Amino acid sequence: MSEKDMNDKVNEMLQRSETNVKKAEKTFIHPEDEEREVVAPDGSIIKINPIYDYFSNEKPTEEKPCSGVIEKFLNWARAESIWVLGFGTGCGSIEIPPLVTPRFDMFRFGVQMRPTPRQSNAFIISGYLSVKTLKRVIRTYEQMPSPKYILALGSCTINGGMYYDSYSTINRLDKYIPVDVYIAGCMPRPEALLAGFMKLKELIKEGKGEKANEYARNFDEYKANQKKIIKDWNMPDYNW
Amino acid sequence: MKELINKLSKDFNITDAVYQRPSLTFVTVPKGVAISLVTDLRDYEGYSHFVMMSCVDWIEEGKFQLLYLLHNPETKTDIGVKTFIDRENAEMASAHHLWKQVWTYQRELKEAFGIDFPGSPRVDEDFVVEGWVEMPHMRRDFDTKEYSENTYFPRPGRETNDPATYMRKKLYPNEPITAKKQDNDK
Repeated sequence: MSEKDMNDKVNEMLQRSETNVKKAEKTFIHPEDEEREVVAPDGSIIKINPIYDYFSNEKPTEEKPCSGVIEKFLNWARAESIWVLGFGTGCGSIEIPPLVTPRFDMFRFGVQMRPTPRQSNAFIISGYLSVKTLKRVIRTYEQMPSPKYILALGSCTINGGMYYDSYSTINRLDKYIPVDVYIAGCMPRPEALLAGFMKLKELIKEGKGEKANEYARNFDEYKANQKKIIKDWNMPDYNW
Repeated sequence: MKELINKLSKDFNITDAVYQRPSLTFVTVPKGVAISLVTDLRDYEGYSHFVMMSCVDWIEEGKFQLLYLLHNPETKTDIGVKTFIDRENAEMASAHHLWKQVWTYQRELKEAFGIDFPGSPRVDEDFVVEGWVEMPHMRRDFDTKEYSENTYFPRPGRETNDPATYMRKKLYPNEPITAKKQDNDK
C-alpha cells in the first residue's frame, strides 16, 4: 500500500469518527439545487442558482384594505366562499372528510375543498405538527393568494397537546404562522369544525381576517422563529 | 429448538439462550460472531425471512443491544440473535449484503441511536427527522422534554394532572384518600 493510499484511508477513518461533528456542519441543499454552471441552448456557459433563480425571493407586502362599503361588500363575498386546501397534517385530518358527507355538508356554508394552494384561501392545520411537516406548511401557506386564513384544529396546535414534550412536534402554531381561529379539543368533532368556520365567517365580515397582512408586517419575526427549528432550510426565504 | 441451539453452540460462541416459547428463542453472541451466525441461520438452517432489527439502550452498562429477528417459514419458528456493542463510538458490522431491507433498518438506527454501519448503502441520509443536529434522539440520555421546552415556545399556564387523583377529587370531594388508594395511584 502506497503512502498516499494509507493517508486516504486514515482520512476516511477520521471522517467516520467525526460524523456527528460533520452532521452539524453539513449543508442540506440537494445536488439539483446547488449553484452550478450549465450550458445554455445557444452554447454559452451560464451560472445558475436554482433556489434563487426559479423562485421569487421578494418579501411579502402589506395590502391595505379598501374603504367603507366596498370593503364590506368584499368581506361579505370572501366570507361566503371559503375554499379549503386539502392538506392533512396530523390525526385531525380524519375529521375533515365527514364534512363533505350529507350528514354535515359544509357546502351549504360556501366551504369547499381544493386540491392546490393556488386556488384556496383557508388552510386547516389539523392536529399535531412535526417540524418536517411545518416546513411543507410554510411553503404551502406562502403560495396561497391573499387574503388567506388559518384554522388551527385540536389542542396540539394550541399548546402541544399530548405531544407537548416531543422532540419533533411544535407546541404553539401562532409563533410560526398567524392563526385566525383555534378549534379546541382532542379531537374536535366535525360540528366543532363547522362552528370554527362560522366563527371565521364572523371575523371576516367584521374585517378582522387580515392575518396575511400581519404575516407580511411581522415577516422577519416569523421567519426567525421558523428558521430556529428548521435546521435544513434548503428553500427560498419567501416562496410563491 | 434446543437441538438447533446445541448444534449451533459447537460452531458459534453462544453465551446465552432464552427459550421464550416453543416457536421463539433468543440467543446472545459476541459482537464479532453475530453476522456470521445470522448468515449461517439464513443459508443452512432455513431462517430465510428477516423480520426486523432493533436496538435497546443499556445506558447503565454503557452498551447498546442489537437484535436481529429471523423467521423460518417452513417450521414457523423465530430466532432472535442478540449482541452487545459499546455505547461510545458505537459501530457494528453491516448486514446489508444479506437482505436489502436491512439498509433501511440500519439507516434508522444510525439516525435514532448514532450506531455506525460502515459500508451500508445510504446510511448517512436523513431517515425520519430532517436536519437533526442534536444528540441522536432515541438515546436515553437525550432529554426530550427539556429539548421541547427550550425549542418550541411552551405556552404558559399549561397544567398537568394525574387523571385518577383529579377525577376522585372532583367526583368524591368529601371522601378521604386512604393509604391503599394512594398506593394504587402510584
